[in-house]
Amino acid sequence: MERKDFHHALTILTDVCIGCSHCMRVCPTEALRVRNGKAVLYENRCIDCGECFKVCPVRAIIIEQDDLRQIFDYKHRVALIPSVFFGQFSDKVTPAAVHDSLIEIGFTDVFEVENSAEMLSHAINRYIASPTAVKPVISSFCPAVVRLIQVKFPALVDNIMLLKPPLDISAVYYRKRLVDAGAKPEEIGIFYITPCAAKIAAIKSPVGEDSSEITGVINMDTMYNQVLKNIRHKSNDSQSATQPFIKGKSLMWSLTNGESGHINGNCLAIDGIDSAIEFLEKLEGEEVTDIDFLEIRSCDEGCAGGVLSYGNRFLTVERMRKRSKQMGTTQTAPISGPGTDMWDLYPYLLQRIPLVEPIKPRNMVKLDEDMAKAMKKMERVQRYMCFLPGIDCGVCGAPTCRALAEDIVQGKAAISDCVFLQKNMEHSRKLHPDHSYRIMERIWGKDRLQKDCNKLQNRNLES
Amino acid sequence: MDLSQCFNNYFAMHFKYEIQGGDFTNAGQASSQVKQVLKQLNVDPKLIKRVVVCLYEAEVNVVAHAWSGVIDVEVNTERIQIVLADKGPGIPDISLAMQKGFSTASPQVREMGFGAGMGLPNIESNADEFRINSKVNEGTTVEIMVYLSQA
Repeated sequence: MERKDFHHALTILTDVCIGCSHCMRVCPTEALRVRNGKAVLYENRCIDCGECFKVCPVRAIIIEQDDLRQIFDYKHRVALIPSVFFGQFSDKVTPAAVHDSLIEIGFTDVFEVENSAEMLSHAINRYIASPTAVKPVISSFCPAVVRLIQVKFPALVDNIMLLKPPLDISAVYYRKRLVDAGAKPEEIGIFYITPCAAKIAAIKSPVGEDSSEITGVINMDTMYNQVLKNIRHKSNDSQSATQPFIKGKSLMWSLTNGESGHINGNCLAIDGIDSAIEFLEKLEGEEVTDIDFLEIRSCDEGCAGGVLSYGNRFLTVERMRKRSKQMGTTQTAPISGPGTDMWDLYPYLLQRIPLVEPIKPRNMVKLDEDMAKAMKKMERVQRYMCFLPGIDCGVCGAPTCRALAEDIVQGKAAISDCVFLQKNMEHSRKLHPDHSYRIMERIWGKDRLQKDCNKLQNRNLES
Repeated sequence: MDLSQCFNNYFAMHFKYEIQGGDFTNAGQASSQVKQVLKQLNVDPKLIKRVVVCLYEAEVNVVAHAWSGVIDVEVNTERIQIVLADKGPGIPDISLAMQKGFSTASPQVREMGFGAGMGLPNIESNADEFRINSKVNEGTTVEIMVYLSQA
């Protein structure tokens, strides 16, 4: 049995799923299978990177979020906005207009997450300079990467920087600021507008902290629609008195090279989940030396490529670059709400930037807890591999032949699930054709082998 | 790769790799594959790291200095034993070769980022047992043992 350790933001809507197996083929941790014509998730392997979400043709994979109306349960309703959100909109929609819309939608305070980036960069530079830091220090920014390391690269967990990402620091800061201004803690609701699923998962089941500072999460695509609707219905362009100010360089933090550009020493920035895996393999193999800091983002172009981003990631980056230039080195200041400088709270925040708990490896590659049993299983896997064709066709409902072999030894699949072996067994009269037909139906669903002119591909042609 | 299992509850897995001298593009393949296996066997990540360091350094040594070599890895529930036997120039003075920073690597090899003279000392500090034998103009055999049972 799979034990559920992670909260997942990604959910498969079984009713909607058509069992096309696209998600299974792109999953970087081989966490998906097809059974009975539907995608099935091995929860402990999933890192919430969202690659499956991106390729699903029927939107059967959804990213759960909190109800926007939930914000009205709180007197102080803080929207924590990542800079990429402002980059979603065309040049005509200014950050100030977006800000005003958010207030009209019902938030009382709007705060850009990257406000805390400058302070964090100080903390990171101190962290790296410490002799106890395991080099290269890997940024804790991207929760999908943190989970990828826990699951697939357990030997590298000690390299993960034990500092909170800007999101958490901004939440701690803003809460403190409101409380200092007289707000009651229970009246404060902090809501994050997320560009991806991994951030949600990290908030709902944090790694390295006991609980999250964030009250709820709203998906960026949902918020994009809300804001655009609001702006469109506006008669005149209101010029907000409260212009969003942030240091130009800081607002690039979530993009590729945005973080490493602040860090002293030899830094390297890597984006995209496949590139991340390729590099972590090398790092785990001790083939990489002389690097002090690694910024790794699961999405191409960093958070601009987040799965909940509406805008094209390259255009988003370009808009953010423009805005960053305009900002120049303006002092960091809040967008809306009581005016305090973040640096006034530096000692308070500095204490709260480190993660309180160590990040634990969660090896999901292992075949068994018990090494002797794992060896027996591995031996069986090797034997099955002699029979399997090695073409990774996915017809068995597993992404690769190796994955099928591993499923078999874990009791989750049968050798006769392989279409090559079915042919073989039919040929030697060990398997009745009716039986092999039923096996295929068990994997791909009833009537899946029948003629069907209404398949998704055909439907697309008609519309 | 061949697998040989044994009697009763005693299991051992056996891996064999061949290395070509000078083939830096493929250096690290054996350690990478052994690493995958150890992960699947649920070996403690810290031990895996030590094994990988030993194996990678030793592999690079063969690639950098020898003409050809064979790596033999045996894993059982108690220990991992690695034997690297190469055909090559051998090491005239082993105690000198074991010193940190000592290297006979050619300038070309150093340019590729190898040959800092930390290979053998690194292996020695990461292995539980380490033996090295060499005959000039014949070759070098390195034996590395890492125990799994110790916590």
